[in-house]
Amino acid sequence: MARKISMRQAINEALDQEMARDPSVFVMGEDIVGGAGGMGEIDAWGGVLGVTKGLNAKYPGRLLDTPLSESAYIGAAVGAAACGMRPVAELMFLDFMGVCFDQIFNQAAKFRYMFGGKAETPVVIRAMVGAGFRAAAQHSQMLTPLFVHIPGLKVVCPSNAYDAKGLLIQSIRDNDPVIFCEHKNLYGAEADVPAESYAIPFGEANVVRDGKHATIVTYGMMVQRAMDAAAALAKQGVECEVIDLRTLSPIDWDTVIDSAERTGHVICVDEAHPRCSIAADVSAMVTQECFKALKGPIQMVTAPHTPVPFSPVLEDLYIPSAEAIAKAVKKSMAH
Amino acid sequence: MTAPNSTAGIFPLDKPGLLQAYRTMRTIREFEERLHADFAKGDIPGFVHLYAGEEAAGTGIMMHLEDKDRIASTHRGHGHCIAKGVDTSGMMAEIYGKVSGSCRGKGGSMHIADLSKGMMGANGILGAGAPLVCGAALAAKYRGDGGVAISFVGDGASNQGTFLESLNLAAVWNLPAIFVVENNGYAESTSRDYAVAVDSFVDRAAGFGLPGVTVDGLDFFAVYEAAGEIIKRAREGGGPALLECKMIRMYGHFEGDQQTYRAKGELDDIRANKDCLKMFTQRVMEAGVISRGELDAIDREVVAEIQEASAFAKAAPLPTAADLTTDVYVNY
Amino acid sequence: MSDQRIVPIVMPKWGLSMKEGKVTGWLLEDGSRINPGDAILEVETDKIAGAVEAHESGVLRRRVGEPDTVYPVKSLLGVIADPSVPEEEIDAYVSSFVTPSADEDEAEQGPKYEYAETSSGKLRYAKRGSGDETAILIHGFGGDLDNWLFNIDALGESATVYALDLPGHGQSAKSLDKPGLGALADAVASFMTTVGIDSAHLVGHSMGGAIAMHMAASDPGKVDSLTLICSAGLGREIGSYVDSYLAAQGRKDLKPVLEQLFADKSLVSRQLVDDVLKYKRLDGVEPLLKDLAAALFAGQTQQDQPGARLAAGKAPPALVIWGKQDEIIPHSHAQNLPGAKVAVFDGAGHMVFMEKASDVNALIKAHIAGS
Repeated sequence: MARKISMRQAINEALDQEMARDPSVFVMGEDIVGGAGGMGEIDAWGGVLGVTKGLNAKYPGRLLDTPLSESAYIGAAVGAAACGMRPVAELMFLDFMGVCFDQIFNQAAKFRYMFGGKAETPVVIRAMVGAGFRAAAQHSQMLTPLFVHIPGLKVVCPSNAYDAKGLLIQSIRDNDPVIFCEHKNLYGAEADVPAESYAIPFGEANVVRDGKHATIVTYGMMVQRAMDAAAALAKQGVECEVIDLRTLSPIDWDTVIDSAERTGHVICVDEAHPRCSIAADVSAMVTQECFKALKGPIQMVTAPHTPVPFSPVLEDLYIPSAEAIAKAVKKSMAH
Repeated sequence: MTAPNSTAGIFPLDKPGLLQAYRTMRTIREFEERLHADFAKGDIPGFVHLYAGEEAAGTGIMMHLEDKDRIASTHRGHGHCIAKGVDTSGMMAEIYGKVSGSCRGKGGSMHIADLSKGMMGANGILGAGAPLVCGAALAAKYRGDGGVAISFVGDGASNQGTFLESLNLAAVWNLPAIFVVENNGYAESTSRDYAVAVDSFVDRAAGFGLPGVTVDGLDFFAVYEAAGEIIKRAREGGGPALLECKMIRMYGHFEGDQQTYRAKGELDDIRANKDCLKMFTQRVMEAGVISRGELDAIDREVVAEIQEASAFAKAAPLPTAADLTTDVYVNY
Repeated sequence: MSDQRIVPIVMPKWGLSMKEGKVTGWLLEDGSRINPGDAILEVETDKIAGAVEAHESGVLRRRVGEPDTVYPVKSLLGVIADPSVPEEEIDAYVSSFVTPSADEDEAEQGPKYEYAETSSGKLRYAKRGSGDETAILIHGFGGDLDNWLFNIDALGESATVYALDLPGHGQSAKSLDKPGLGALADAVASFMTTVGIDSAHLVGHSMGGAIAMHMAASDPGKVDSLTLICSAGLGREIGSYVDSYLAAQGRKDLKPVLEQLFADKSLVSRQLVDDVLKYKRLDGVEPLLKDLAAALFAGQTQQDQPGARLAAGKAPPALVIWGKQDEIIPHSHAQNLPGAKVAVFDGAGHMVFMEKASDVNALIKAHIAGS
């Protein structure tokens, strides 16, 4: 049955239900239990933002607090996956990829190809992404494009609690390595989420609003901003279709191209930096696939080509706003 | 009085074991010599790193392992593959980039793997295997199947953060993981003494709270016995350990390496006095347990096997354009 | 007392999740005479569109709801009053009307959904009304109790009405031993035992109709009457719906499938499609539906004909209702139950009880009252 729960609870529930279903699933990361080896409370934290709270009591021995050694434990998750386990490793902040990227992009991503299709590496790497948390340049980035670039990886970035649960369950059941990006500013966002387990297939974008005048393609926290922009534009008679990509690799080109062909105006919204971003990727593909259907230049609304600033006033300017999205829609439609 | 051919009291293996050890070492040597010759002829694409001269270490360790035990190898991985039971024809075809290769021609010399044999891959990234082995050991411990996992690094890659982090992780989780440092004196062209500040890798192990042993890696029996103890201990829940094997490589870092960084006469000395295969042969023959004839018979079989592997590889079909985009994902 | 002479028309609440609705148009002019059951205006929610019907008689004195405007549930949309009520009183009523909050509304009506622990697992149900006669609404393949959103409250005015989610459906348990008509009928019977119903008027839609007939044939004492809406079990033909429903993996595939259900295709909203997709993706649903489909509708043929098992003369009184534009089970099957009352509606499809809700409700009420 569906209840309103937060994305934090939805992710916890997905982990819970998959651990109950499959004994080869285990969870590892820094402070995911919290208090390991100390004299105080065990399960003190449940992850730095409490996402894994309470699981340790239900699945003793299957939540492993790791030393602060991202290379070692992300690599260990990859190695265990290559040996038939289904580890879910939490990298805490995706910004920490710099410490352990080799294990992700040279090892996990490439085993299947390098080994001629004989390897399966069903590892899930969960990590927080995104700005707006006043966490500054090394804890706030939207680094999804870096992972999308790598063949062999799948990249997921849910925009709401319902999708988060279904996509995480799919990630755990999937037989390829998955980078599961959780926007830290969405953890508290609630949605109707069934209590039952369910999986949302990868490569299926969600059209979250129908519209005939313009297509806004986005993912993650930007979905809500795009919806806000679409609501504002609707009052002015402009109906935007809003596409939540949900998974960035694989990506649902069909839905994007189909919509672009109908509206002729495409606005790509990405919380990542502009260069080689998901926005740039979508722009290029739309141009290539349906150039003749376009009635105006494709617009990209992204963060600027700067690190994420700390000062709240700057950070708020850094994150693409609903106003900027609405402006971009109008700019395309002015042609 | 001991029965004829008995090895008791002389060697830690029985006679079939000794013959198997010889066969494995001899197969590795023959495989690598063959590659050395064929590479020089320009038959082989890319570059290869030969394990010749290091056979005693890989063989002495791997003789304690079963298929369920996992190893993560290095860029110098042919010897580990053969000792772990990977098919030499598949390996040779892989090195030739053929579709009949162990990895359908997509991995090449540096990425040969056979997960069914517990061989998790040669690895082009130095030190990258150590975390993977922690994961394999974790899986074995979690399943309680008594399996162990072994990471090989050279003296050069022992400086990698991945390796050092893995020593700590294996120690704090008490994993059935073993870290073998194959110290052949050179990281590519840079000497071990230049790049590693401690005198002994055992000191490094101690710094992470795990036991370490240094052995003469040219001495098959020393390796075999030291590895046996460490592996037994890990299987029984005693936790990780480090094994340093001091050894030499007979060829360059890669084929084509002019090796001008070596001292004058160094290679001659290696050939004359530090050939682990010759040392093994001498020991078993002097002890009177194995005859020259028995070894010659194995030699003939090994030569034929590698001949066959080479012929198979050369005749094997090349991948087609359709192979380019397959095997990236299980499904996408 | 003005509040007895003045009756508000408010934004209805169709289904638990409905918070607001859009007035799409008025069907009657100011001053129109109104009788209970008359459709007064049309409202659209994110799930479904439908007509707001009158519960009282009187004259439509004031149309408050503006077309193309969204109003919260319980908002005042219009006023019905006797012609004798002065205009000033109507003005005062409109200006002083306070929309109750949705939360108060739920609190006063009690839980919308309840659960029964039956021998076929945990089954969700909704209960309305407290009349002497008891009716049970049984949905069809892939449906759930919310299919009855336009019927349950109306039927609850004169009877005690239960609507349940069958095993594998809605929010009931997603497992069923030996999936088939017998197992589903056992589940309904077990539900009756659990909630304490000796016998009931069974109202079944599609596969639910076949279940009702199966129960009437095997345990006639439990069945006071049958209402069979576009029912399975009255002939062998069936369209491709079940197979297409099972095969559809995404919204794009599913939408045209669900459009088969309605004469008016515009009734299939994005929310309806999303809800069905979310349901289909729950663990256990697809395997169970596939097993059910294999048992009941293999090869696009209805495998079981419980209608033929109803003993002539001993069978409970039956009402058969069909939509003429039914694309799933042909309306000709309406003629296949001898002795039944038959009503076939033009301009309605397989979901005739949604598309012609007030007419269908009136027929069912009369049937229950007369049986």
